[in-house]
Amino acid sequence: MPEKTYLQAISDGLREEMRRDQRVFVLGEDVGVYGGAFKVTLGFQEEFGPWRVIDMPLAETAILAGATGAALMGMRPVAEMQFADFVSCGWDHLVTVAAKQHFRAGTPIPIVVRLPSGGGFSGGPFHSQNPESSFAHIPGLKVVCPSTPADAKGLLLSAIEDPNPVLFCEHKHLYRRIKGDVPEERYTVPFGEARMHRHGEDVTVITWGAMVYTADEAAQRLAQEDDLSVEILDLRTIIPWDREAVLDSVRRCSKVLVLHEDTRTGGFGGEIAATIAEEAFEHLDGPVRRMAAPDSPVPFAPNLEKAFIPQVDDVVRALRELAAY
Amino acid sequence: MAVREAEPVSSLQEVHDAGLDREDLLGIYRNLLTTRGIEERGHILYKQGKIPGSFYTGRGNEASAVGVATAMGPHDVGTPLQRAMGVHVTRGLEPWRIFAQYMGRADGPTRGRDGNVHIGDANLGLYAMVSHLPAMLPVAVGMALAFRIREEKRVAIAWCGEGASARGDAHEGMNLAGVRKLPVIFWIDNNQWAYSTPSHLEYAVEHLADRAAAYGFEGVVVDGTDVLAVYREAKRAIEKAREGGGPTLIESVTLRMEGHAVHDDAFYVPRELFEEWARRDPIERFRAWLRDHAEMTDAEEDEITSGVKRLLNESLQRAEESPLPDPGTLVAAVYAQPEELDTPHHK
Repeated sequence: MPEKTYLQAISDGLREEMRRDQRVFVLGEDVGVYGGAFKVTLGFQEEFGPWRVIDMPLAETAILAGATGAALMGMRPVAEMQFADFVSCGWDHLVTVAAKQHFRAGTPIPIVVRLPSGGGFSGGPFHSQNPESSFAHIPGLKVVCPSTPADAKGLLLSAIEDPNPVLFCEHKHLYRRIKGDVPEERYTVPFGEARMHRHGEDVTVITWGAMVYTADEAAQRLAQEDDLSVEILDLRTIIPWDREAVLDSVRRCSKVLVLHEDTRTGGFGGEIAATIAEEAFEHLDGPVRRMAAPDSPVPFAPNLEKAFIPQVDDVVRALRELAAY
Repeated sequence: MAVREAEPVSSLQEVHDAGLDREDLLGIYRNLLTTRGIEERGHILYKQGKIPGSFYTGRGNEASAVGVATAMGPHDVGTPLQRAMGVHVTRGLEPWRIFAQYMGRADGPTRGRDGNVHIGDANLGLYAMVSHLPAMLPVAVGMALAFRIREEKRVAIAWCGEGASARGDAHEGMNLAGVRKLPVIFWIDNNQWAYSTPSHLEYAVEHLADRAAAYGFEGVVVDGTDVLAVYREAKRAIEKAREGGGPTLIESVTLRMEGHAVHDDAFYVPRELFEEWARRDPIERFRAWLRDHAEMTDAEEDEITSGVKRLLNESLQRAEESPLPDPGTLVAAVYAQPEELDTPHHK
């Protein structure tokens, strides 16, 4: 099985699906000649031509509404937001039209919106955000946040197959940093099934995206230094999310940290914590802990950003506190 | 590229040249009467307390709606708005389903999940509007994009009001359509009032159609009370788009003859303006034309009028028999299931 970067897995998955299914096409800013700001669609226009890899005007509503209109006519659009942050310009379309169309009019909207998300490299307030929690609150949308190359490909293909609008949050900090085995053949990873990243017994971390790796480093350190057994559950998809896997992990470990890179208040971690409190209260041996970015915009200066995004040391500290509770 | 102000239609020959025979003309008259009849009955239903929420009509705009829909081809699509009931009527949405929609019943096109004119039927190529106007305009552009990608000779019609033309969605959609020369018509129903705001506080150009030049395509102004002129201009633009000639922006000028919705008495519209436009009532105008130019007889007129009346009576009764929607279906309706993609459009 070949080893690929997270970015290459997304790119290869998309290309293979475009070869297989004529209905799949890409639209976005600079996705054609330039191959996309992160080069996910590099070489696509040469292979598929300018009408299946469409360089769009700088207009997110036109991109997203254009995708919806094409989907209504039977296409399978994969729209790229150059950065996840810019999806705010098309928020109205996604929330007002795409999310509600099936509910009210009964017409499916099979679109995928690729959202290069997350911080960690001084992108500042407008090139670093994680939009998953905002969209998780909107009935009618699905939200996906893969952390491994294999999941990135399998979830992308599920997203293209899905008859609903899917927001595909691909973490920029994983693009070239993370490598993993990716099957060559076509496969899908189902929505709503968490991935057990690391088995443990003492405390569980519920997380997704780039924070899986932060939690992993913390778990390794605690195994060595504290002989603490940390479980890590990677949600993979936020809407729908795998409640049973979360509750099962909590019931076995009895202590839980919910960890995400997005800001704290109204973050999806709150929903997970509330569900644990409702459904697994009697299994808890300590309070449900949340760790997230503080309630501020994403800062620019490297030291500020380090203070903003949860770091390995922060997770180690929180898990030690939980273990000692 | 200056804006073109369309001439009125005069002779029967001119109408024949535009592709309409006498039966078509009588059909247009029937659709106009049905459109107004549905909205007049809706008004009564509202006053009887049978319609929840608010109630909107397109009185004065019937010709603009029926004329465009008559010009659309069977495989063309569109996203009509709240003054364009005539589009649904003309393309065959049955009136009883419209009444059921008004009353929030299970047989309305949205099954009680959305209200009033937020209707569509994918089988008729019509896609339901949302309140955030003109959010469906760039969606229609996306439909045209699909036709262009697949090289199909189909056209999308994107409706917009003069009020909503101020929003960014209109700009983004028109710009994209111009850049890619997409087969889409932008149909702006300019009824001169956006709720209580008059045109001179909405835009600064003389005609909204002037904006077309900025997007690189043709702009046309047409009298929206002249159903035949509306038809001719729509047909011309649609066939041009079908043959790869790109978009056209058509501004159809009317007056909104009632308030924004049923609660609004439109006190802010000068009475003289209502009086002036009442003399140009699109249905009365077309009736007179049919009598003068197409020799519509008393018998024909009676047959059409009584046929519409009978249809609406039966439709109303059937709608009132429609059950209330089941609250148990609420959450299950939010997400589509894979098998729902197995439709003519989605295959």
